[in-house]
Amino acid sequence: MQLTVNGNSHEFTVEEDMPLLWVLRDVLGITGPKYGCGIARCGACTVHVGGAAVRSCQLAVGDVVGDVTTIEDLGAGAIHPVQAAWIAHQVAQCGYCQSGQIMQAVDLLQRNADPTDDDIDAAMSGNLCRCGTYPRIRAAIKSAATAMRGA
Amino acid sequence: MGRIKTIARRSFLIGSAAILGGVAFGAYAVARELPNPLLKGLGPDEAALTPFVKITAEGITLIVPRADSGQGIASLQACLIAEELDFDPHTATLDPGQPDAVYHNGTVASDGLPFPLYDQSGVANAARATVQGLAKVMGLQITGGSSSTSDLHEKLRQAGASARETLKEAAALRSGLSRADLSTADGAVVLPDGTRIPYTDLATEAARLDPIQDVALRSPDQWRLLGKPMMRTDMVAKCTGAQVYGVDIRLPDMVFATVRRNPGIGGPVLGYDDAVAKAMPGVRAIVAVTDGIAVIADNTWRAFKAADAVQIDWGAPSYPATSAKMWAMVEANHSEENRNSRLRDDGDVTQALGTSAPVTAEYRVPFLAHAGLEPLSATVLYTPERLDIWTATQVPQALRDKAADLSGVAAENVILHVLHAGGSFGRRLDIDYVLPAIECAMAVPGTPVQMTLTREEDMTHDFPRPIQMARCQGLVRDGQIAALNLDTIGPSVTESWFGRLMGAPPGPDTLLVAGAFDQPYAIPHYRVSGYKTPVMVPVGSWRSPGSCANAFFHDTFVDELIHAAGADPLAERLRLIDHSDSRRVIEAVAEMCSWAGTAVGPDRGRGIAFAYAHGVPVAAVVEVALSDRGIRIEKAWVAADCGFVYDPVNAEAQLTGSLIFGLAHAMNCELTYADHAPIQTNFHNYEGMRMYQSPQIEARLLGQAAQVRGLGEPATAVAAPALGNAIFAATGQRLREMPFSNTMTFA
Repeated sequence: MQLTVNGNSHEFTVEEDMPLLWVLRDVLGITGPKYGCGIARCGACTVHVGGAAVRSCQLAVGDVVGDVTTIEDLGAGAIHPVQAAWIAHQVAQCGYCQSGQIMQAVDLLQRNADPTDDDIDAAMSGNLCRCGTYPRIRAAIKSAATAMRGA
Repeated sequence: MGRIKTIARRSFLIGSAAILGGVAFGAYAVARELPNPLLKGLGPDEAALTPFVKITAEGITLIVPRADSGQGIASLQACLIAEELDFDPHTATLDPGQPDAVYHNGTVASDGLPFPLYDQSGVANAARATVQGLAKVMGLQITGGSSSTSDLHEKLRQAGASARETLKEAAALRSGLSRADLSTADGAVVLPDGTRIPYTDLATEAARLDPIQDVALRSPDQWRLLGKPMMRTDMVAKCTGAQVYGVDIRLPDMVFATVRRNPGIGGPVLGYDDAVAKAMPGVRAIVAVTDGIAVIADNTWRAFKAADAVQIDWGAPSYPATSAKMWAMVEANHSEENRNSRLRDDGDVTQALGTSAPVTAEYRVPFLAHAGLEPLSATVLYTPERLDIWTATQVPQALRDKAADLSGVAAENVILHVLHAGGSFGRRLDIDYVLPAIECAMAVPGTPVQMTLTREEDMTHDFPRPIQMARCQGLVRDGQIAALNLDTIGPSVTESWFGRLMGAPPGPDTLLVAGAFDQPYAIPHYRVSGYKTPVMVPVGSWRSPGSCANAFFHDTFVDELIHAAGADPLAERLRLIDHSDSRRVIEAVAEMCSWAGTAVGPDRGRGIAFAYAHGVPVAAVVEVALSDRGIRIEKAWVAADCGFVYDPVNAEAQLTGSLIFGLAHAMNCELTYADHAPIQTNFHNYEGMRMYQSPQIEARLLGQAAQVRGLGEPATAVAAPALGNAIFAATGQRLREMPFSNTMTFA
């Protein structure tokens, strides 16, 4: 099986139905995407496949079409503007959900350069944060949107 | 404090036990300076100037012994040291260190005494000093109870100052100058001519000196970092995927495992059939562990799948099988012989209530899971000579000792690698999730094993916040609250948790009544009693333990009585509270929301709640609106006073986040039991709060209280009563049982 992750090509042999999450974490050692629920109810495992956010715990590796990007390479070697906004607002508490939150927010901002509160609610409500960082996530998305529109 | 009546101290047994303990250990054991554990195994060019600061030619390592579960305490510990040590804490390596008595937590121990934390009387403070001495002698190292900042803020600044002066002394000896002529800045000693000698160049020389300890701490007006907006040291790593949690450890030749333990906690394994599972791809071994089995495989997913394929015959545990039976047990134990404490008994409640028809109410709270987003895990490498454990824990000392007992490896050869936790909320005060990983590792000596619980196993095997109920009677007269009696009834977290870790202490269980007995109200006839029921399901501390149930009972009943009296909820609370720090947070929240009563227009309502929790007075106002889809929690205002605020950006996050945590669980979370195990096992039926439900929040810290206290928990205590009181204002319906979603629909 072959997969391109963060610009690198990997070959490995696993079951076709193994979730992408576990291939990334346990076969390739890419641990930014997290296991939180295993049933696509928390979003901690969110990565980009072909540029769009997906829940990697529910995507069989045999069904992956396109290149995979994880939090580790989101900014292609630099800090992505969404990550910069997250840092500036000091969003993270335990931080465990934030890889997924950031990957989901980048997906939103790629589709919608100026999201309203309702747009943010619709895009982000599948990503669970147990620490209660939602107000800062909302603020960081708005800051990132402004920064990215200006760029 | 004038009008607050003396707290009854009739059954002051914990204190007595502690005093006896202090005598037995002797004054010397309490007063002596503990040895610096870092001095063992230092290299020739390494200096451990205090138990918290290690300097080598390569860099500075700070020992930050309190565990970080997201509350930001790793960063704050580093900043407290760095303030006096004059360097950038972001350049240091932060190491939780090995468990040691020098890192004991005296505050968490003394906070359990049967005195409200606002009681600064001589008796209360003498008892606290005794128990803190006992914690030191026992080496009690715990992160919990919002105690870290309170316990460490002076110790760590002192450590930084001592290290700084010792480095200056080394530079003075090298340069032939006097220490008084030297200064420090940005990680270096600076000579009068401007020459900079980096601390790292002074390690070898500083190591030969006796640390200089008699150093006056700087005053707050000299601080560069503390009290100002600071960047948390873990922020960049947590926003770039670089933070390493327990589940992220990757070691050479590591194998992956998972465990299935009896869903009825403590019940036996009667037998199991692993024939199918053994033949599945990647499975290395199936191991019998305490109360269950573990699968070791070459990746986590294969371990999960194979564990599902093991057929296991479980025996029943000793507690009732269903929530209904457990509630019946709680009700049946509300009897005089089960009364454990009466730590508040002002006036004459019996006589006062006997003279007229009282207001009565009964409240209930459900079992709750901790459900940190990172499922519990541990990675263990065992050899007969040495045991290495990578995990996140709040009780490293207890973990090391239990791991030594289980593995047969001497305690000094048990090496802990304590990591940041992806959430805990009190769950990691237990060590049960590490023990089966040790059993797995003992089955494959020399091979590291990473054991991860499935989310379902994590929730099934939680030690939940217990069910608890309160029965209340009160009397209003002339528009005022005249009498309040509150009986709180439930399983004891203290008995259950201490029983698992070190044996339950005797005496009144203050946690059972915390958030009710210790409220600074001056009600003429005022009584709070705690009734202990059997433990049943083993239970644990859950963010704001005690007060997460009792503040809901107490404040909601206060609200009911004020309504019965026809008074304004905010004004009557202010009238009854005779504690200036507490009054100030209520006045602050009133100003923040421009309080003008509970009515704020059609289909809307506001509720206020107040609690004194974990030594912090906190008040919140919640505003709800009714919509076609149900109740929306639209806005919240919260004010608290934890004394001086060292890290204001993070403190605001803790205050806001802990309020959301409380609102989330009040809204829609519960564990209900069938066949001895919770029905709720994942986030599809244990939802919590989502982005679309999260209200606008304004938070304020007053910074005026004399004592420095922690902020991880207090606002959780006021969230549920503020929400319930707001819903009452909007709908006229009084919610007396959590979660509210069993009664109301939320949008």
